[in-house]
Amino acid sequence: MSGEEHWNKIKIKPMRFLPQTDNEIAEMLAAVGAASIDDLIAHVPAQLRESAAIKLPAGLSEAQVAAELQALAKRNSGADRFRSFLGGGYYRHYIPAAVRAITARAEFATSYTPYQPEASQGTLQAIFEFQTLIAQLTGLDVANASMYDGASAAAEAVLMAHRISPRRGVVALARGLWPDYRLAIRTYLSAFPDVEIREIPFDGNQGSVSIDALRAAAGEKLLCIVTGYPNMFGIVEPLETISTLAHQAGALSISATAEPLALAMLKSPGELGVDIAVGEAQSFGLPLQFGGPGAGFFAARTAHLRQMPGRLVGETRDREGRRAFCLTLATREQHIRRERATSNICTNHSLCALAAAVYLSMFGGRGLRELAERNVEIAHYTADRLASAGIQRRLSGPFFNEFVAAVGSPANAIQAAERRGVLAGVPLGRDYPELGNGLLICATEMNQPADIDLLCDAMREVA
Amino acid sequence: MAGAGKIRPAQTASETPELAAAAASNTRWAVPLIFEESVAGRSGVDLPRRQFESRPAIDLIGADLCRGALEDFPQASEPQVMRHFLRLSQLNFAQALQFYPLGSCTMKYNPVLNDECAQLPGFAALHPHTPAHLAQGALELMAKLEQALAEISGMDAISLHPAAGAQGELSGLLIIRACHMKRGQPRHKVIIPDTAHGTNPASSALAGFHVVVAKSGDRGYLEASQIARLVDDDTAALMVTNPSTLGIFEPEIREIANLLHERGAMLYLDGANMNALMGVAKPGDMGADVVQFNLHKTFSTPHGGGGPGAGPIGVKRHLEPFLATPRIVRDSDGYRLDSDRPDSIGKLRSFYGNFGMLVRAYTYILALGGDGLEQVSRRAILCANYIRERLRDHFPNATDQPVMHECVLTHDLEKKKGVSTLDIAKRLLDFGIHPPTIYFPLVVHGALMIEPTETESRQTLDDFVAAMERIYGEAMENPELLKQAPHALALRRVDEALAARRPLLRWTKP
Repeated sequence: MSGEEHWNKIKIKPMRFLPQTDNEIAEMLAAVGAASIDDLIAHVPAQLRESAAIKLPAGLSEAQVAAELQALAKRNSGADRFRSFLGGGYYRHYIPAAVRAITARAEFATSYTPYQPEASQGTLQAIFEFQTLIAQLTGLDVANASMYDGASAAAEAVLMAHRISPRRGVVALARGLWPDYRLAIRTYLSAFPDVEIREIPFDGNQGSVSIDALRAAAGEKLLCIVTGYPNMFGIVEPLETISTLAHQAGALSISATAEPLALAMLKSPGELGVDIAVGEAQSFGLPLQFGGPGAGFFAARTAHLRQMPGRLVGETRDREGRRAFCLTLATREQHIRRERATSNICTNHSLCALAAAVYLSMFGGRGLRELAERNVEIAHYTADRLASAGIQRRLSGPFFNEFVAAVGSPANAIQAAERRGVLAGVPLGRDYPELGNGLLICATEMNQPADIDLLCDAMREVA
Repeated sequence: MAGAGKIRPAQTASETPELAAAAASNTRWAVPLIFEESVAGRSGVDLPRRQFESRPAIDLIGADLCRGALEDFPQASEPQVMRHFLRLSQLNFAQALQFYPLGSCTMKYNPVLNDECAQLPGFAALHPHTPAHLAQGALELMAKLEQALAEISGMDAISLHPAAGAQGELSGLLIIRACHMKRGQPRHKVIIPDTAHGTNPASSALAGFHVVVAKSGDRGYLEASQIARLVDDDTAALMVTNPSTLGIFEPEIREIANLLHERGAMLYLDGANMNALMGVAKPGDMGADVVQFNLHKTFSTPHGGGGPGAGPIGVKRHLEPFLATPRIVRDSDGYRLDSDRPDSIGKLRSFYGNFGMLVRAYTYILALGGDGLEQVSRRAILCANYIRERLRDHFPNATDQPVMHECVLTHDLEKKKGVSTLDIAKRLLDFGIHPPTIYFPLVVHGALMIEPTETESRQTLDDFVAAMERIYGEAMENPELLKQAPHALALRRVDEALAARRPLLRWTKP
């Protein structure tokens, strides 16, 4: 039986989300003076109505839909039947049950953007707490209510730099920035003919940005430098040196962080002279979900507040003097400023920001630091074990929870690992031909020593 | 009047027993910030014991690279964190709790199964770098969702990448720009009606276009003759929402598309109001070259207090080469991701879209099927017409055109009693109803933009009508009651001007 025949056999007329009974529909039609619902759309040109039928299979019962989705989910064996060392922009971390329990609450999940503050204090206060947590973590003055993801947040940061210094046109992108982040920046900037994007190579031994190449780019037209912290290779970039170079040229220093857990361990971007710190908050309580939704974060200094994109929640008072929260500084935004807005963003990733706020509140400063330390330890343990098995690190700079291993053939290594039920890592050859034999291996608190045994076995097999 | 007996608003909380009860219950507490509830030494997580010997992390990474403790972070136990956020949740209005007729936002019921499916481990635990042969279910779901959206909209190719409607707009406009460039005729202007959502001009500016504003005609819709006067050889596209933000179906849309195409320009159709169109009129048949979908509106993914949403776009065949990478393709080995697209605009975000929201939307489409989706739009239109008719005495429609899934109403209370639309909105809160979108579209003075959606019962609509009528009466007798509203919530009216005057955007340790 074909798929379509199958559906047609079991089809139903779905009613469960549509509460109007036939009687009520008749009464409502009488109230509006129409004979049928089709009368209400009779003004739509007939030519359009005639071809509007939706030729999709008929609706299904909840049990049927659930079975169909479960079958699809099962065909993703890579999700839950492998021991994984995948990282490279999205990270595997345990999510405390409390996070899902809170974000699943319909009071949060089914509310709209908090335009009516009196009816939205829950969302507003939680986002105010998120803003505070991100500001603390990045060491900057203010953070916004969230962006879509790390890549678009990085693009918005460059646009913000352009608003601050409109006469400068050279954007220096460290090549160690994730490929998707570099592509998003290019796409967002594609309609700005006066902006030139230069990729700054990384030091082939260390894996951090080449300071000599950066110095060569740091002329009077330099608008900003964007650096991954840690970068795509897990390497901790010398952010202070980079920021100093940027500032000496009169430019801004922007850091992008895809693994924000590292910020519980490393000196904060703000402490290292960064002007705008952006990144991806997925590590803080959001499931992998094949890459989205996560939540972009965006932090900056007060001096640049009016140029920030996105929503901001501020503290205020109600008529009787009680503490209250509301969206504020909306005159930067599209619904007020239209084509002169700082950004076109409207819907952001509020519920994901809530997840991050709950996650960070659960861990607290000490718990988060300890988790970060565990990540450093297991990643270094993995690198050491691989070294004992004859697989060396390709890049020597200090790293957080992922590193590049030099393997003879990444494709063979990945296959050998897969046969043992292990996802060995992300091959880098496509995006970084200069690291052709590089395999990006990420180890987090989700990895057990037994996983590492299997990984080492696989690598030995193909070495 | 059905349901009117249930409407019992208050003058003040203390005057009415049920509000006094509410005051004593959970809606009245003030919740300290999580930082203020912090007690040194507490934690909400316990980490397992280390399973191997290791040097201290700080030595492994280098002490000079490491920060000190995160001293100002909250320290709280799990029960404390749960209570904190659950108490906060009680301070929200939400679609699942009450009528939420925000115009152009489509606050329909979000089926519970959608969320449950998105949490299935096969979806939730799937890493975006998983090799394609181990992620066939996800890729198949995305391919099938693309097919379904193409069928619903009459477009040829769908891109699921954009994270939200505004990002969909930006990618659609960049695609139009890229296509004109490829033809060797770069164009610089985008025409946008004055009724448009603010993201339209903002996205156009970001995509490098100069915005030309088209004034709505006297009849409240776009007239082909007027667009003909505005289109020239430098016009890249017309960006139009259909139905418009006045809830009116653009009757001349087909003629407008034809005349745009004759001049080499394109039609961008903002699909924010797609909830009116399913089985009624397909954007593809209207002549749209690009349309964006807001899955968090029409396709029932939850709004989340402001996202995450998802804003896929559909395009006609001639624009397909320009879509963002990667594209999902199918060959003899199954589904895979293809990034080898030389004309692509590139990427606007990481990976492949807000997949978790795509699962929810696909679940919804499967549940309703083609017939069901057609019913959705028809009933949404019935509900909006019903409200418009029932309220017409005191809240007349802004135009005399037939309305689709939402209506924009006005009132004379400002003139008669100095009561503003904002006052009406705040008073509605006392009835446990979320107010409509207000002061939008900008072309209607004091607008109340009402979108009931198809998932509300007649009873709910009647309760809303009764509340609006009662508020009208209150405004005539005691305008101060409205100007002081809300009365029955945890907070009185919030001073938004103060927040902007003296921005306080984070907590700092006292």
